[in-house]
Amino acid sequence: MSAPQTHSRAEYWKRNLRLVVTMLVIWFVVSYLFGIILFTPLNAIAIGGYKLGFWFAQQGSMYVFVILIFVYAGKMNALDKEFDVHED
Amino acid sequence: MELKTLTFIIVGATFALYIGIAIWSRAKSTGDFYVAGKGVHPVANGMATAADWMSAASFISMAGLIAFLGYGGAVFLMGWTGGYVLLAMLLAPYLRKFGKFTVPEFVGERYYSQTARVVAVICLIVASVTYVIGQMRGIGVAFSRFMEVDFATGLFTGMGIVFIYAVLGGMKGITYTQIAQYCVLIFAYTIPAIFISLNLTGNPIPQLALGGSMADGVHLLDKLDMVVTDLGFKEYTTSPNGNMLNMLLYTFSLMIGTAGLPHVIIRFFTVPKVKDARYSAGWALVFIAILYTTAPAVGAMARLNLMNTIQIGPVGSPDGNVEIAHLPAWMDRWRTTGLLEWEDKNGDGRIQYYSEAGLGEKAAEYGWAGNEMTKVDRDIMVLANPEIANLPNWVIALVAAGGIAAALSTAAGLLLAIASAISHDLLKGIFRPDINEKQELLASRIAMAFAIGVAAYFGLNPPGFAAQVVALAFGLAASSIFPALMMGIFDKRANSTGAVAGMLSGLGITLLYIFWFKGWFFVPGTNMAPNSADHWVLGISPEAFGAVGAGVNFLVAYFVSRATAPPPEHIQHLVEDIRVPRGAGGATSH
Repeated sequence: MSAPQTHSRAEYWKRNLRLVVTMLVIWFVVSYLFGIILFTPLNAIAIGGYKLGFWFAQQGSMYVFVILIFVYAGKMNALDKEFDVHED
Repeated sequence: MELKTLTFIIVGATFALYIGIAIWSRAKSTGDFYVAGKGVHPVANGMATAADWMSAASFISMAGLIAFLGYGGAVFLMGWTGGYVLLAMLLAPYLRKFGKFTVPEFVGERYYSQTARVVAVICLIVASVTYVIGQMRGIGVAFSRFMEVDFATGLFTGMGIVFIYAVLGGMKGITYTQIAQYCVLIFAYTIPAIFISLNLTGNPIPQLALGGSMADGVHLLDKLDMVVTDLGFKEYTTSPNGNMLNMLLYTFSLMIGTAGLPHVIIRFFTVPKVKDARYSAGWALVFIAILYTTAPAVGAMARLNLMNTIQIGPVGSPDGNVEIAHLPAWMDRWRTTGLLEWEDKNGDGRIQYYSEAGLGEKAAEYGWAGNEMTKVDRDIMVLANPEIANLPNWVIALVAAGGIAAALSTAAGLLLAIASAISHDLLKGIFRPDINEKQELLASRIAMAFAIGVAAYFGLNPPGFAAQVVALAFGLAASSIFPALMMGIFDKRANSTGAVAGMLSGLGITLLYIFWFKGWFFVPGTNMAPNSADHWVLGISPEAFGAVGAGVNFLVAYFVSRATAPPPEHIQHLVEDIRVPRGAGGATSH
């Protein structure tokens, strides 16, 4: 393994981890924070017939999860190309 | 047409469809049985994964639990979907790059140890058998209802069909059959939800109807809160599932359990590329979320309809409750299964349904002598929902077909996973490498029959409702398999001693906690302490303890790995290698 490649692989892994951490922070906020920990205060806000905390717990968090995976997949596939580690 | 006949026809037709597709696609493919999904588009693979994943717990049981838990039911919703985020980002692409077929194979190779592989097999079997127990309960409920027999007869019939289904096996591995199953399942789930949403709010989209208003302008959820609190039940939209710590751990346990369950992970081993593994998880979650965002609407509306069926007028007025002579037909039909019971305690010829603890002395003022709905099994709610709402018979039959499809496909898949773990990983891989293919197949059938027997026994003596039993299985997977996989990818220093010690301590402590409150090996009456919030440590329920077990696993694996020799050079290279997509060949066997 040549030196520049090792360097760029380490950089690739670092960028990957940074992306994953960002995504998981959002993942934590919408489910654990909004859906459970801040459930009661958020319920003071209503959107339509939903209380906001209840909406995050039983609806909103799931929509965000779907979006997170697609954003991650898109960004990672771009990162693979940038570092030239993509398949074929 | 009579409901029973119609149900048989629809269930029969869907089965014919699955078998037909299996035969058709088999003739066309080169027939590599295990490599389901290879060369299949990520969207199709996602749909098949969704069918594989959504079991009796998701289809039959979950909305029923939400109906009675209210807000607290969110742990199932967030837990069983949030796990896909972890799966997509932390495991799927790397395991795909590694390119093996089973979880024990990965563990065995990454930790360069047969012991680690055996321990992984044990963890896998414990989690999968618990999962099958949950399915069996769902199967018993579905079959007893649609054959109109008692629960035990329904369970044994269903058990026979699962066995045949799993032994024939072929159907399971074929992606197109699962796509058909997904279509039946989602159609069966959403059609009644749309009808009921229209009935109650005039809005056909369940996700919006749940936040919508009823004909009198009151928000549906506010109405439901009023109806249940008037009868002494806890307010629907705010009642939590245990304390906050319990809800956090319960959700986390289900999430990492999802990412650690072998039959889900396996689907990502076989997509053509690493790139596809990432998108496949996303598409799987799209198709799962269609059902999961509908479920809270189904639960809330079923609860409202159930309350309104029994409490027809103002609470406490003499004619406010339904007369026994005028009970709807669905209640009698469900009574035959033994899962719904009532008793006219005050002899007024009417049924009262309320919370004795919540209503207190008021009940006596009304002339009520106790709650008369003596048994309302949570697991019947989804199947009974279209009947409660007076929907046409074909919708009721369709829901039965959907429930059976969900239960059968997952049960069969799990039985195959258990059988292959025993015959392929244990027997062929370790103890008797010289057995031939025929003997391997025989061993797998025996293992399968044994697993069904065990599951049926516990289906009759269930440690909880279907979704709760399944939650236990997730806790076990969370505490044993997930940490070993994650450390294997993200911690180069993790070695075999650490992984084995971690898996054993995580699984051990979780099993201990579960058995302590649920009875040794779930045998009723052998529990060491009553299974209630007052006795749980810090209010953590056995279903939520998997998260603690996983924490123990991580810590033990981390410190033991650092206290012992680092893994050999070639293993460290292997870990570097799976971190980049390039060079991922097709999945190879052994």
